[in-house]
Amino acid sequence: MTPRIELRTSPHVKSPTTVAQIMRNVVYALLPICAWSVWQFGISALALILTVTAACLATERLFNWMGDRASSLSDWSATITGLLLALTLPPGFPLWMGAVGGFVAIALGKMLFGGLVYNVFNPALVGRAFVQAAFPVAITTFTPAFAPNRFVEFIPTTLTPPLQIPPSLTEWIATLGIDGFTGATPMGQWKFEGVVADTTSLFTGMATGSVGETSALLILLCGLYLALRRMMDWRIPAAMLLGAFITAGAFFLLDGDKYPAPLFVLFSGGLMLGAVFMASDMVASPVTPAGVWIYGLFMGVLTVIIRYFGGLNEGVMYAILLGNALSPLIESVTQPRIYGARKREAGQ
Amino acid sequence: MGLLNLFRRKTFAHGVHPPEHKDETAHLPIRRMPFAPRMIVPLSQHFGAPAVPLVHVGQEVVRGEPIARADGFMSVPMHAPATGVIESIQLMPTARGPKTEAIVLKVHPGAEQRVLYGAPRDVDAMTPDEIVTAVQDTGMVGLGGAAFPTHVKLKPPKDYPIDTLVVNGCECEPYLTTDHRVMLEYTDELLAGIRIAMRVSGAKRAVIGVEDNKLDAVEAIQRKLPEDGSITVQAVTTKYPQGSEKLLVKVLLGREVPSGGFPYQIGVVVNNVGTLAQLGMLLPQSQGLIERVVTLAGPGVKKPGNYIIPLGTPLRFALDYVGYEGDATHIILGGPMMGNTVASLDVPVTKGVTGIVVMPEQERAPETPTIYPCIRCGRCLDACPVKLNPSQMGRLAAKRLYAEMQEKYHLNDCFECGCCSYVCPSNIPLVQYFRIAKAINRERAA
Repeated sequence: MTPRIELRTSPHVKSPTTVAQIMRNVVYALLPICAWSVWQFGISALALILTVTAACLATERLFNWMGDRASSLSDWSATITGLLLALTLPPGFPLWMGAVGGFVAIALGKMLFGGLVYNVFNPALVGRAFVQAAFPVAITTFTPAFAPNRFVEFIPTTLTPPLQIPPSLTEWIATLGIDGFTGATPMGQWKFEGVVADTTSLFTGMATGSVGETSALLILLCGLYLALRRMMDWRIPAAMLLGAFITAGAFFLLDGDKYPAPLFVLFSGGLMLGAVFMASDMVASPVTPAGVWIYGLFMGVLTVIIRYFGGLNEGVMYAILLGNALSPLIESVTQPRIYGARKREAGQ
Repeated sequence: MGLLNLFRRKTFAHGVHPPEHKDETAHLPIRRMPFAPRMIVPLSQHFGAPAVPLVHVGQEVVRGEPIARADGFMSVPMHAPATGVIESIQLMPTARGPKTEAIVLKVHPGAEQRVLYGAPRDVDAMTPDEIVTAVQDTGMVGLGGAAFPTHVKLKPPKDYPIDTLVVNGCECEPYLTTDHRVMLEYTDELLAGIRIAMRVSGAKRAVIGVEDNKLDAVEAIQRKLPEDGSITVQAVTTKYPQGSEKLLVKVLLGREVPSGGFPYQIGVVVNNVGTLAQLGMLLPQSQGLIERVVTLAGPGVKKPGNYIIPLGTPLRFALDYVGYEGDATHIILGGPMMGNTVASLDVPVTKGVTGIVVMPEQERAPETPTIYPCIRCGRCLDACPVKLNPSQMGRLAAKRLYAEMQEKYHLNDCFECGCCSYVCPSNIPLVQYFRIAKAINRERAA
């Protein structure tokens, strides 16, 4: 008996992990954060997450179709971009603007570079940077968390018709009867009013902010899941948080009245979400062991510097985009020393 | 990566943990396989010049008799695996692909297993140079798979004094258990072989490295070690590719073989346990290498185990003897990480064959998995034991920048262990890219 023999090159066994599996797990890790945001901000957050993700998927499919390629939706990467982008937006962000952001994220951030893995920058942050420039008012309009009717009533700005300017929220917020809400995030309150929010409520996610950035604890847990499943490089968020902590700590020691405590810096704003889910985006970060530490530390330091000295109260987005831009350079100067390298070559 | 690694046994950085599948054969004693009716003895089963036939068609040969001589120092002789008559000397298929010259032997029915050729001799009374010649006469090559002539390994260039013999008992490939069984069943022969190798090479000490999934072998060896402490055994972490000689030297001695160099440059000679056990058996009897222990395993094999198989036995005969599944489509010589599939069952078992692994359709990776572009997850960098950057080299290979792969990314330091391909979630056949790149670079240099 002669079997049907096939030739194949080694190795003949393969680890079961696949790209689609990694991406799917990132989606799983983002779902609890989405769930918390819906609990916190109600149907407006839900509608925003669904709209932005749908816009991303539709855009990716459109580009597949224009390029006469097979659908690439099954690799889940467009879903991740959509979820991440939605999570960085204010809860009452008009849906049509979110859809524009989703389109830009995929179209300009990813597909024009050639699709998955060819993008230089994190696509979600490209979309975020675009809407920040295009809709500066809407992107800085925040609403209180845990509004009474949040599960039955949209935030008035959410349903703004396309190409219309969203209504002012001052009256609506007054009707909610929440005392002392100024319409600013903890980061904004610190930057422009000098008020430092309670670190515990920032950590657990009781304060307001963008849809998915409020609970540092939840983000850390979801990141831990990915790290333990080896679906994410834990060194990047660790390095970025470390960089931010050291820089913030140094400023705090220099002038404790002017600068907030380092823990406030870690748990406020988009730092946690950015560090865990965006800075660690594999495609736009270095792969070398030394490179990932330098890359993470650089973004952490930069985040704090932009927050303290820039015109904006938030620095995570630009820090990561700059980190992405430097990534190839960092990688090229941090090639690992190979086994048996002779001394004169070791420095290469 | 991997905080837990700090608390484990001695090991190297990176590497992978493919499923071992050693349980099905590790506990089974080595058995003898009968003679195939027809043996095929290729003249080039080793690294170096092919052997030169000493026999003519129609000649009667006795089991163990030399039938081809070494062609120079970098070559080894061949011996008749069974008593019989030379049927032809012709081109026959080999595992590597192209047909090569082979001596075809028709085995006499009823030929006996006893080896009558050769006579006992006192190895202790021989000088190192005499032993080197005697080792070459045995036809011994590295039985761990490389098939590098053993006498050449034992006699490095004069300028390099050897202080340590490293004995490789790692056997890190999945499925394979030949070295494991040899260490258990041929412990005395192994130690005899180690002493011979120490004498020839001038090494003052020998260290046997064994992966810690074979602690019974470590114990078996420990019981028989000499009092003077010149030979020691060290358990090392079970991790692929622990059995790579350069990595094992680093793990056991903390020395690195220089890039592009050989272990003798840092005072080390490395030999596989199977090789030294076989040497310890053959040399005192002045016999030649005519059979070896081979693991027959894999999901497609019905009676898996370790068998002493005469060199020259066609795969078809060996596989029929153990039985195999009809839908077997991959016959791998060696282990599944570095072994080659064969195109024909007429290929014979040769000196470098450590195992025959049979993978049926459903067990192996899909033939044409979807290959995604590199997502730069960095898994290959965390797997590469040489600390290369397979991700970057893969991207350069896709752009056909083969020269740059060598100049900037040390392509030639890749020893093709397959870890990068194994872990790649995008299913990129990285090792295959690197083999092609090396071949093209060689061709361009020529």
